[in-house]
Amino acid sequence: MPKLIDSLGHLMENPWALLAKDATLEQVQHSTAKLVLMPARLWNDEKAALLGTGKTFGVWLDSNETAELLKADLATLPLIALNFPTFMDGRGYSTAGVLRQQLGYAGEIRAIGDVLRDQLFYMRRCGFNTFDLRDSVKLEDAQKALHDFTTNYQATVEEPTPLFRRRA
Amino acid sequence: MHALLYQSPALYPDLSMYRYDNYDRQMLQDRITQFRDQTRRFLAGELENAQFLPLRLQNGLYVQRLAPMLRVAIPYGCLSALQLRKLAHIARHYDKGYGHFSTRQNIQFNWPKLPEVPDILAELAEVEMHAIQTSGNCIRNTTTDQFAGVSPHELEDSRPWCEIIRQWSTFHPEFAHLPRKFKIAVCGTEIDQAATQVHDIGLYLVKNFTGDLGFQVLVGGGLGRTPVIGQVIRDFLPWQQLLSYLDAILRVYNQEGRRDNKYKARIKILVKELGVAAFRDKVEAAWELSKDGPATLTEAEFKRCKQFFSEPAYESLPDSDATVSALLQSDIRFNNWQERNVRAHKKSGYRIVTLCLKATGAAPGDLSAEQMEFVADMADRYSFHELRVSHEQNLVLTDVKLGDLPALYSALQHEHLATPYTGLLNDMICCPGGDFCSLANAKSIPIAEAIQRRFDDFAVQKNIGEITLNISGCMNACGHHHVGNIGVLGVDKKGEEFYQVALGGSSDRQAALGKVLGPSFAQDDMPEVIDKVLQVYLQKREGKERFIDTYNRIGIEPFQEHVYAKAD
Repeated sequence: MPKLIDSLGHLMENPWALLAKDATLEQVQHSTAKLVLMPARLWNDEKAALLGTGKTFGVWLDSNETAELLKADLATLPLIALNFPTFMDGRGYSTAGVLRQQLGYAGEIRAIGDVLRDQLFYMRRCGFNTFDLRDSVKLEDAQKALHDFTTNYQATVEEPTPLFRRRA
Repeated sequence: MHALLYQSPALYPDLSMYRYDNYDRQMLQDRITQFRDQTRRFLAGELENAQFLPLRLQNGLYVQRLAPMLRVAIPYGCLSALQLRKLAHIARHYDKGYGHFSTRQNIQFNWPKLPEVPDILAELAEVEMHAIQTSGNCIRNTTTDQFAGVSPHELEDSRPWCEIIRQWSTFHPEFAHLPRKFKIAVCGTEIDQAATQVHDIGLYLVKNFTGDLGFQVLVGGGLGRTPVIGQVIRDFLPWQQLLSYLDAILRVYNQEGRRDNKYKARIKILVKELGVAAFRDKVEAAWELSKDGPATLTEAEFKRCKQFFSEPAYESLPDSDATVSALLQSDIRFNNWQERNVRAHKKSGYRIVTLCLKATGAAPGDLSAEQMEFVADMADRYSFHELRVSHEQNLVLTDVKLGDLPALYSALQHEHLATPYTGLLNDMICCPGGDFCSLANAKSIPIAEAIQRRFDDFAVQKNIGEITLNISGCMNACGHHHVGNIGVLGVDKKGEEFYQVALGGSSDRQAALGKVLGPSFAQDDMPEVIDKVLQVYLQKREGKERFIDTYNRIGIEPFQEHVYAKAD
């Protein structure tokens, strides 16, 4: 069963229909889903036609795509999902950082793909706020993982003040 | 119990090392709990091997030929006597009674058992040590010059900066899944002994024309399959901006570094492919958006870190000692040891003493538990309870009173730790090689030993003079063969081990990569080959030229002619 959790570990409904990278405009037009998570290329190529469908759109970026692709839509996109083709591919952590720290994106950033328990804590610190867990991950484990550490050194999206400015 | 002792100011009042506070301690405890659970899930079959792999690597745990290997960080080479005793305890109780000091200010244990590793980490935490990020595709242990803070030729002590970088890099969430490993070195001394220019990032402490402190920043250095000397991307970075600039470099690398081919994934390849100017522009653009933000270092934080490294309670002493002077005249072996292993200190009446871990017959960099405890005693007695580890795989007592040299020497001699070869031929850098490492193509320790045996004579070594001989068992270059004046690389040819020789490498401020001499040699021929190389040098050298000076003047051809000359 697919499991979507928020940054506190709460289980969430997932009303978003995820479209594959090679999806076409026709597929979107024929889809009954109201909330559609689009691959970035299709979104950028067909934006005008898509907006005419009356649906709500989020966009997902693959790990080799940069946040710059969505620069024009950051104020309106409610959801940007970042794909981890494998958990070893760490580009998404920086993409989330760029979205939050450099481009000021305030909407939802979701981790999709190979999203495992042992990476959740770092993802949240980089600005992800929802996690579409891989099937094998136990919900209780994932909830525990969000509390792996009590404190951290760096200035991050989650805690912009580094420890050296907070140390008593 | 050890943890209590360690924190007792009565026992270690003068320690000039970073000391953990509750935040640091809590993080280490959290890490152990996390890794204990990860290990449990792996052993219970809940965590796939491929998923556990990077987790154990980021806790320093490799799988080697015969057993796992645990690599423990000795952050920027600083070690207290109590910490060394803990390492001895771990060697004895969890391993086979010895440890191996690596070329990156780490110690490696070759025989731990996986289920016991969380316990080892808990023991290490008692003395504020860890194995965090000592392997894996993340930011590794930051290294520096082993004489930082005591060298008479120093612009600025690098240790506070290393600690600041240690904290910034520890559990940095954005950079835990990089394309490849990432190594940073910092140097504040005149003679670079940290091999700074062959690191992914090299930082030289510098002052600008108005006297402000900052860093010259080099990127893209590294050894391995494609050796590269780092290139300067910023001549002067104000110290306040250190972390925001490191964040910017790493962010560019994490996003753009190649992930399609492990052998092209280091930052050096990205810098090469983009060109250093384009790479710098990307870094500067990323930095422009984050500089002067909350990551900007404060005067208060710099002072906080610096005060940990304040001077120990030095006595006011004359810089000469009649007894020592007399002994230098009468005892030739003491004289030899003093000449090679004892260095000038910034304080009058004090000396820096290197313990050269290159006794013939012992694997370079190896130390037994008993020897560790003995060295800890020496540090307690003669060097303010502290010591350093060098990237040349030696130990250093940084603050020895001149008048204590004879007593220290005689104690070291008794434990076979007075090998007088520091900086000479037999003081070679050598990786564990095919005897232990699953990556190696060839053995390296037996080559080191055969060469050491051939030249094990102080007069011979002294005549050859200062030279570096570095040996790696494969092209991953853990033995830094590219930057040895003489570099030896083990290669596999149809299942047989051969050795390629290169000349002219150097890892100091005038860093250079060695040039391959020619076809490789059989193991048994190696001492003879090294001898022939040295014969050319001894014939051709002018005045006080070191090997590297002569090489740079005459080039590689005379060496090739002599080494490959037909017998008839």
